[in-house]
Amino acid sequence: MSFAFYVVAALTLAGGLAAVLLKNLVHCALALTVAFAGLALLFLQLDAQFVGFVQILVYIGAVAILVVFAILLTRGSETPKSSEIFSRTWLAGLVVAAAVFAVLGWAVLQAAPGLPYATVAPMVTVQEIGAALMGRYVLPLEIVALLLTAALIGAVIVAMHEKEGAR
Amino acid sequence: MNPLAGYLLVAALLFAIGLAGALTRRNAILVLIGIELMLNAANLNLIAFWRYGSHPEALTGMMFAIFSIAVAAAEAAVGLGLVISIHRHTRTTDLDQINRMKG
Repeated sequence: MSFAFYVVAALTLAGGLAAVLLKNLVHCALALTVAFAGLALLFLQLDAQFVGFVQILVYIGAVAILVVFAILLTRGSETPKSSEIFSRTWLAGLVVAAAVFAVLGWAVLQAAPGLPYATVAPMVTVQEIGAALMGRYVLPLEIVALLLTAALIGAVIVAMHEKEGAR
Repeated sequence: MNPLAGYLLVAALLFAIGLAGALTRRNAILVLIGIELMLNAANLNLIAFWRYGSHPEALTGMMFAIFSIAVAAAEAAVGLGLVISIHRHTRTTDLDQINRMKG
């Protein structure tokens, strides 16, 4: 494991922790952006350049901005009182999350000796990804295009302002 | 340590952080942030298995991650639209106060 991996992993996890722990929602969105950037760096370390840059474009460029818009539109930028951050059932949620991590970590550590080592980095060009998207994966691509259109229209209709007495 | 195990452990920890956020926070937007973190942790698993798997040239894991990113973007748009709509109806995004389904 390289030194860079530990640095980027620590950055990502710190960003994720801050995103769910901070009090002010705008700070949470900023921490979320840090976590997304760390994940993009992890993807780049894994020789998946295309996915790394897609992560930056889609998550930092779109999803994080969308979250900030939602926070500002719902007036969530006001800092809540300390007693109002976590829900009444926070202890149960924490126990469930810890149990899930225990199971996942146990499974990974059990399987760790048998996991494969890859010494040669796979060289994948964007041209190959495009050819695969247009060839073997063209049907999922079309379905995702339809899904994105439906989600776009649905989000607009759901969030559209209803005039008084219009319905 | 095995490099693949390191990535898988980071992904597991990130998933647990996202799950804890989604289950414990009161604000609906924070719940969506937790869900986004969980989806990203799953993507990290897919890419790590693609990189260290036996046939990276088949691009299976990478394609799965790309489609997963697209679906996650659609989910974020619809989810945040719903939060804005709920806020317009009830003037709150506090999930402990949203306890009825009547519009």
